[in-house]
Amino acid sequence: MPELTPQLAIRVSDLVVGFGRHVVIDHLSLDVRRGEILGLVGASGGGKSVLMRTIIGLIPRQSGTIEVMGAAIGDTHDRSNRNAAGRWGILFQQGALFSSLTVRQNVQFPLRENLVLSDTLMDEIATAKLEMVGLKPEDGDKFPAELSGGMTKRVALARALALDPAIVFLDEPTSGLDPIAAGDFDVLIKTLQKTLGLTVFMVTHDLASLNTVCDRVAALADGKIVAIGPMRELLQSEHPWVRAYFHGKRSLMLQPKAS
Amino acid sequence: MLELRPAGSWTAANVTRLEMLSGAVAAQLDRSKAVRLDMTGVRELDTLGAWLLEKMSRRAISAGHHADVVGVADNYAGLIEEVGCVNRHNPVPAPVLNPILVKVSDVGRAAIGAMEDLTVFLQMLGALCSAIYGVLRRPRSLRVTSLFYQLYKVGFLAIPIVVLITFLIGAIIAQQGIFHFRKFGADSYVVDMVGILVLRELGVLIVAIMVAGRSGSAYTAELGSMKMREEIDALSTMGLDPVEVLILPRIVALVCALPILTFIGSMAALYGGCLVAWFYGGMGPAIFIARLHDAVSVTSFEVGMIKAPFMALVIGIVACSEGLRVKGSAESLGKRTTTSVVKSIFLVIVLDGLFAVFFASVGM
Repeated sequence: MPELTPQLAIRVSDLVVGFGRHVVIDHLSLDVRRGEILGLVGASGGGKSVLMRTIIGLIPRQSGTIEVMGAAIGDTHDRSNRNAAGRWGILFQQGALFSSLTVRQNVQFPLRENLVLSDTLMDEIATAKLEMVGLKPEDGDKFPAELSGGMTKRVALARALALDPAIVFLDEPTSGLDPIAAGDFDVLIKTLQKTLGLTVFMVTHDLASLNTVCDRVAALADGKIVAIGPMRELLQSEHPWVRAYFHGKRSLMLQPKAS
Repeated sequence: MLELRPAGSWTAANVTRLEMLSGAVAAQLDRSKAVRLDMTGVRELDTLGAWLLEKMSRRAISAGHHADVVGVADNYAGLIEEVGCVNRHNPVPAPVLNPILVKVSDVGRAAIGAMEDLTVFLQMLGALCSAIYGVLRRPRSLRVTSLFYQLYKVGFLAIPIVVLITFLIGAIIAQQGIFHFRKFGADSYVVDMVGILVLRELGVLIVAIMVAGRSGSAYTAELGSMKMREEIDALSTMGLDPVEVLILPRIVALVCALPILTFIGSMAALYGGCLVAWFYGGMGPAIFIARLHDAVSVTSFEVGMIKAPFMALVIGIVACSEGLRVKGSAESLGKRTTTSVVKSIFLVIVLDGLFAVFFASVGM
């Protein structure tokens, strides 16, 4: 590699976010390297989703800077924000598919709004994306209400990837899926990350996907990143919350595999 | 032998130009015997670009020619391979239907839909009756708090708008009556017209339509979103009857509130008519009231008031049953709310017509 420090996809420095007097994110700094899968863990209600939503510009910040692919992100509903929309795709926790559009139209929506291209090509691209996330072309004519939980997530991922963004944000991608479906989804994320060269920022509680998919894991506690690194390093972290998280009863199944 | 050397950024951002480029070589592709795609110059590639390139080589292959892709950068090899697997089998196109058959089947479906609406209405009426029976047997199971809360919402909070609208309607009728009756010197008969029209028909009809729009739609939206969030299923699993807990208080509140609102609305309309008769027609309030006393009998008032609870029942049943028919999506919630308002206004007017026939035949 020519340069020693890898290029950064997301750079968050000294970020403060709060609602009223309640400070959720307290002088937080976080770097996401280009082409990695970063998992973010933290207590429920501890600000993981808030951090993600602040980076994508849905929540205004009180101070600090955020750079995505080298470009600074302005405040909510800024013009620079809208231009950045093509650079990232977001998979919301509940999928957030438009319920009045079919699956295919949902995937085509970002293409239709941002690019000028023929209907044939748009159909082909949408079908290609659906197949890449493991759905059948016939599923394209269904409506979101007719989909199962796993399919909804896949369609939402296809829509997030519609414009081939450099960064994908995933908000609890495996929540609400059974272990088999969750495992399949993990594999899918890993495959797509490799084929498309994506940077993935993933908020998750799923210890299995943290262990198998993520290159690095960041732990968010008390509004700060208290530990960051590969899973191995996090398991050895001395921070009390991180120890409780990874060494609690539910996490013991990870021990033999990771050590 | 055709050699293509794509170069630069084959990404979504340049799609318009890329599509033009690939369209331009299509004719050449069909003509040449062999195609060679040299990808060394491609600096950036995404799914869209890869698909356009893949489409070119597929076009050549399907024409029976030989296609060769060379010079693929390592980091894009996976993507090219992945795109090579997609769009392989085309989905079966939907069969073309005979337009006449489609129309006929639409009519059939609409007829079945109307039958279904009737069944749903009767089902809800039956469920309501059984809930009332249950409450009569065990009076403590009546949700008194909920009932009064609903009564406050659909009754008390609706008073200002009902008063305003009916006041204006009464005033307008009186003005029009005076204006036209004056031509043949019959302007004092405007009192008869306003009195009978408002007390018998318009008061209750206007109020019922307003309540259907205001409270009926609220009922449908409330119950619909509860259905969407599985709150209604949660109630039934706890052994509670959703009709008894949610629907009975709402409909009973509506049945109690609508006659009261009708009375208030009718009075407001007469007041509006009286003011117009005074200031526009020059007929003092004392004369107006004296004439009103002669013109209307208690029967007219009774006819109006008897209709009110039945209209409330229809509005409540339609609103609640539409609410329970909401499916998972936000669109269905909107559709059901619209249907609820349209259907209850329609039924209110139909019911008014039936009552007119009924009262005429019993001589009221």
